[in-house]
Amino acid sequence: MNTADQYLKTIYLIQQQDNSPAATGRVADRLDVSPASANEMIGKLEARGLAEHEKYKGVSLTDEGIVRARDALQTYCIIERFLVNVLGVEEFRAEARELESVIDGTVAERLDTIIDRKPECPDCFDPEQDACACLDVALVDEPPAD
Amino acid sequence: MSLGHRVRSDRQLARLLQIGIVLEEVVEARAHHHYQSLSADERTLDSELETLLEHAAEESADHRARLESLIDGLDADSIPFGEIETLVEARYGQTKPDDFDGVLYDQLCNEETAYKFYDDLIEAIEASDAEFSLDRDHLLTVLRDLREEERDGVEEVTKIMERRE
Repeated sequence: MNTADQYLKTIYLIQQQDNSPAATGRVADRLDVSPASANEMIGKLEARGLAEHEKYKGVSLTDEGIVRARDALQTYCIIERFLVNVLGVEEFRAEARELESVIDGTVAERLDTIIDRKPECPDCFDPEQDACACLDVALVDEPPAD
Repeated sequence: MSLGHRVRSDRQLARLLQIGIVLEEVVEARAHHHYQSLSADERTLDSELETLLEHAAEESADHRARLESLIDGLDADSIPFGEIETLVEARYGQTKPDDFDGVLYDQLCNEETAYKFYDDLIEAIEASDAEFSLDRDHLLTVLRDLREEERDGVEEVTKIMERRE
């Protein structure tokens, strides 16, 4: 998943949580990047017609941006489910965060053929827990990723 | 969150190599079951397809072995591959392709996906200055060889598909 898709997914999840545009500072915090980097990428997303930024309010995704964000979230869900269901990884959230930049959507689609993903995906994703809510595991707090 | 396309640790590298093994396992299982689904008559009539599937299964087994030997050189926990084999086998044991075109198309997707995976992984390792327990040059040489073979596979399936159009 490329950097732009990671931004789109993050903006989408913050919008879902807050039910309002995503503040640039929150996007930067979530992605652990500087506000300047976040502003730069949001500008690029805006130029590509994927997001709209309103001063003092924050960033919202366009319809096209939402489609791409949901695809990215689905890829992320596949990675999490694969780590839990196939590899039995306990700290799957930290590992999924590490792996998402290297795992492409087409590769995730192949992994998807051996996991039991629910039809409601990616609406199954719980932003508060940072995890797919349909996973058969007890969600405990994990240390932050490296 | 790990922004940027790079591999940072032995653990992350091992996990990615394990994902490669699972992808190869999926390719092998699909090729094997597609091959088994051909009737004796079909196998006689379509030796080209038979050879392709046989070769795909052999190549995937070989790729898995090379990935496993890389993981052995890393400081990371192993995973139960026996269980993964069982899982993949259970998943594909019942599937049958619709027709020969379906088999070829599926094989093309397999090869393309594996190529994309190795290509992304090589790029992410090249972008990283992390020290791995494994010799970096050896790691990249093995992965580039695997990528090359997947590229050849894509070309081979594409040629067969074009001939049959």
